[in-house]
Amino acid sequence: MSPKHDIEFALNGIRQRVTVPATMNTLEMLRDVLGLTGTKYGCGEGECGACTIQVDGVSMNSCLMFAVDCDGRELTTIEGLANDTRADALRASFVEHGAVQCGFCTPGMVMQADHLLHKHPEPDAETIKAGIEGNICRCTGYKKIVDAIACVGCTNK
Amino acid sequence: MNVVAKKPRTIPESSLIGTRIPKMDAPEKASGRTRYIHDINLSGQLYGKILRSARVHARIVAIDTSAAKALPGVHVVLTAADVPDQRPIGVARDHFPLKGDRVRSQRDEIAAVAAESEEIAAAALKLIKVVYEDLPVIADPEDAIKPGAPLLHPAPAGAQPAGATVAHRGKADNIAMRFDYAHGDVVQGEAESDVVIEDTFKLHYVTHCCMGVSGMIAEFDASGSLLMYSNTQVPFLHKREFAEYLNMDPARVRIIQPPIGGGFGSKLDIYPFEVICLFLARAARRPVKLVFSREEEFLASPTRQPVLLTLRSGCKKDGTLTFRQVHTLHDNGAYTSWGATTPFVMMQTFSSLYRVPHCDYHTVAVYTNNPYAGSFRGYGNLQATFAIEQQMDEMAAAIGMDPLAFRLKNAQHTGEVTGQGMEFKSCGFTDCLNTAAQRSDFSRKFADNAAERNQPGHLKRGIGMASMLHVGGGAKIYPSDGCGTILKMDDFANVTLITGASEIGQGSETVLSQLVCEELGLPISALTVVNNDTAITPWDVGVHASRTTFIAGNSAIGAAKKAKTKILAVAAQKFGCTAEELDLRGGCVIKAADGEVVTELSKLIRNLHFSDKAELVMTTFYYEPPSVHQGKDYKGDVSAAYAWATQVVEVEVDTDTGIVRMLKVTGAHDVGRVLNRLGIEGQVEGGIVMGQGYALTENLMIENGVMKNPNFRDYKLITAPEIPEMDVSFIESMDGEGPQGAKGIGEAPAICIAAATANAIANATGVRLYDLPFTPERVYRALHGQTPKLYWKPWVPAA
Repeated sequence: MSPKHDIEFALNGIRQRVTVPATMNTLEMLRDVLGLTGTKYGCGEGECGACTIQVDGVSMNSCLMFAVDCDGRELTTIEGLANDTRADALRASFVEHGAVQCGFCTPGMVMQADHLLHKHPEPDAETIKAGIEGNICRCTGYKKIVDAIACVGCTNK
Repeated sequence: MNVVAKKPRTIPESSLIGTRIPKMDAPEKASGRTRYIHDINLSGQLYGKILRSARVHARIVAIDTSAAKALPGVHVVLTAADVPDQRPIGVARDHFPLKGDRVRSQRDEIAAVAAESEEIAAAALKLIKVVYEDLPVIADPEDAIKPGAPLLHPAPAGAQPAGATVAHRGKADNIAMRFDYAHGDVVQGEAESDVVIEDTFKLHYVTHCCMGVSGMIAEFDASGSLLMYSNTQVPFLHKREFAEYLNMDPARVRIIQPPIGGGFGSKLDIYPFEVICLFLARAARRPVKLVFSREEEFLASPTRQPVLLTLRSGCKKDGTLTFRQVHTLHDNGAYTSWGATTPFVMMQTFSSLYRVPHCDYHTVAVYTNNPYAGSFRGYGNLQATFAIEQQMDEMAAAIGMDPLAFRLKNAQHTGEVTGQGMEFKSCGFTDCLNTAAQRSDFSRKFADNAAERNQPGHLKRGIGMASMLHVGGGAKIYPSDGCGTILKMDDFANVTLITGASEIGQGSETVLSQLVCEELGLPISALTVVNNDTAITPWDVGVHASRTTFIAGNSAIGAAKKAKTKILAVAAQKFGCTAEELDLRGGCVIKAADGEVVTELSKLIRNLHFSDKAELVMTTFYYEPPSVHQGKDYKGDVSAAYAWATQVVEVEVDTDTGIVRMLKVTGAHDVGRVLNRLGIEGQVEGGIVMGQGYALTENLMIENGVMKNPNFRDYKLITAPEIPEMDVSFIESMDGEGPQGAKGIGEAPAICIAAATANAIANATGVRLYDLPFTPERVYRALHGQTPKLYWKPWVPAA
């Protein structure tokens, strides 16, 4: 067993203190140690974006980040977007635009879109497509996801 | 105080059909609350892991599990020797879940562990020692059918039980399955032809890449009954099959399907990992959860059926098709799953997409040491359409006819019965062709691109079309193709719809609710759907063959109509009129003539519940479509309705690099009738992009039986910046048997894209490509004359 470390960080606004093995990644910590399963395992290699979270306001593949590196940081997961106005609009837009089918990529896609809208409040379609390039969806063909994000962007005008 | 006479309230007519209804489970999914199988954990649960073969083809000389068993935290280690009662699984019952004497592919399961944690289970696998004796690898299906080729499934030593399966008695050759079909006389057809064309096409390996990896949780209760959390697409068939594999009473098997992270056909068969998970749970007497890694998902999931295909077709100078002769070689892989049976669908496309008076079709599926192919959205039709629709363009060019005009001349119409016996009761094929061509300005662009082909510049534009025919009213591949519904109404006129239909993300729960609401005059918010527990839901044959909207939809409507009849009869009695004078609308009983509200439905139902002769509004319905099981000659009308589509693809080809960009797809789909516009657009757009991946980027590379790219880095799925502009039209042919006139759509949109892309590249460059995918290297080599013409000489073994 690998050495363990005590770390402290903010998760969705709540202080957390956990002990994690040095080899554990943030995705495993969120799901297996903290019991937040909204963040999904799709590939474990940073290729699919299903595990996207925000760390200090920046979107990250949580599978590529060691849990110990969360020490001292602020993490936001899909569960943490619960009371956020922009996130509410984003989720509602995903629902209304038919951007959700099997839904497995959706939490990561919403986290990435939220980050994108933070950087570009009124993104055009090309910016959105580039912004979600790292998030794979096998069901929708992306068009409705792009439309959903663009619609939230429109209301920011 | 003024007294005002209360005006009678009226509710105007309205319909949900054709509207945009958000998917009912989308709010949960978009907030990360949905619990997929990966998110479910039972107390006392152990973690299962599987040791797979380190070799492609080898004899297993010895397995030593002693060190793994001794590892703290390990509960159970199983090999074939520990499960002497295991039974052969799969479509042809040709392999055991745990392989005992021989491994035949890289994915083969040798041992399994159940442990306290995934880490311990993984560590235990590393402690298992296996001694192999390598055998020759048969990686090429053409080698596998040569006389004297080493056998993949030789007869094992010793006497075998009577009636034993392939897994028990072996096979004297490497032929897994054969399909031979004919109507008319192709010799006569060829004699009548002015033009005859023959080409070989090669279709590659791709795989489903469901975003949610495979997994299962299994638990036996104190009395030995089995509860499974499973991602299966066919819970009722698998309930029986799992019971067979465990030699137990099917009545004691219960399957719960948590929300599924993508299906696309991948979950139609039972795979070794599922049975192994049951073995582990049985041995450990604890719940066992077994979930794949992404690499394992690539290695141990089925693929789309790779096909080598030689097609010979003919036509007359006036554009009339005369005959088709087809031979295919299916690389079956080491074992048989549904991929081997794709000829059921392929032959329909060859025999019946266009009017073909003479057709001759042969498939040989052969065992090799490659991954085995399963069912995948489209089920052989992408492969068949790729060949047919390229030759349609070639023949049109040979007789100097416009590709659209050539297709229109041979297109099927409503009322026709094909040589294979398929009857097209609703057929919007001609409308599909014309609509897609007009909306894309096909004929003008086709001519312009061809004229500009030899102009200077390395960027060439091309446009190509392809059409398809697919089952759209179920597919009678089992003795029944039906689905059951239970519908119950509560005190507040809310409805619980209990359906046998499975949901894999396609939106069945929403469209079924919509159909019920349409009958009962209720809003979607009045519906709760239960669709995932074999202990509760009525029987169904599963989510496949684009059947759910059609079959489960008709079933749901049937149950709703019965409920409506019951409600209106009670209301008529109460209000002293006839049932015919009443209707349901806006949550109320109304007068049919003018929409005047008679009473709120909830009030009526409460009265019903609390009356002396209390009654419940609860109905059941079972729908079985009017289709037939095909005979041994494959003739007969297997589906109650057929879906049609034409898709036009526009590309830009960079002749310096071979890079093909898909610019636009214009699709026209005969869907019978649009029910949920939002849902059907999503199905079509998703299918188009899946087809784009098949055409351009996805390629599961297998070298000598070894998968070279089992990850998303090297297996390239389409991402958002690459999607084409999509213009989708729906042709509403109003099928007489369909629910509200609708037909199935699930598979259709993926089918034409590769074929239309090939035609577009030919239009852009004058060069035709016969093998997929159209990667830059393949395109570049073809454009620069470095690709010899593919040819596979059809091989037909003695009958």
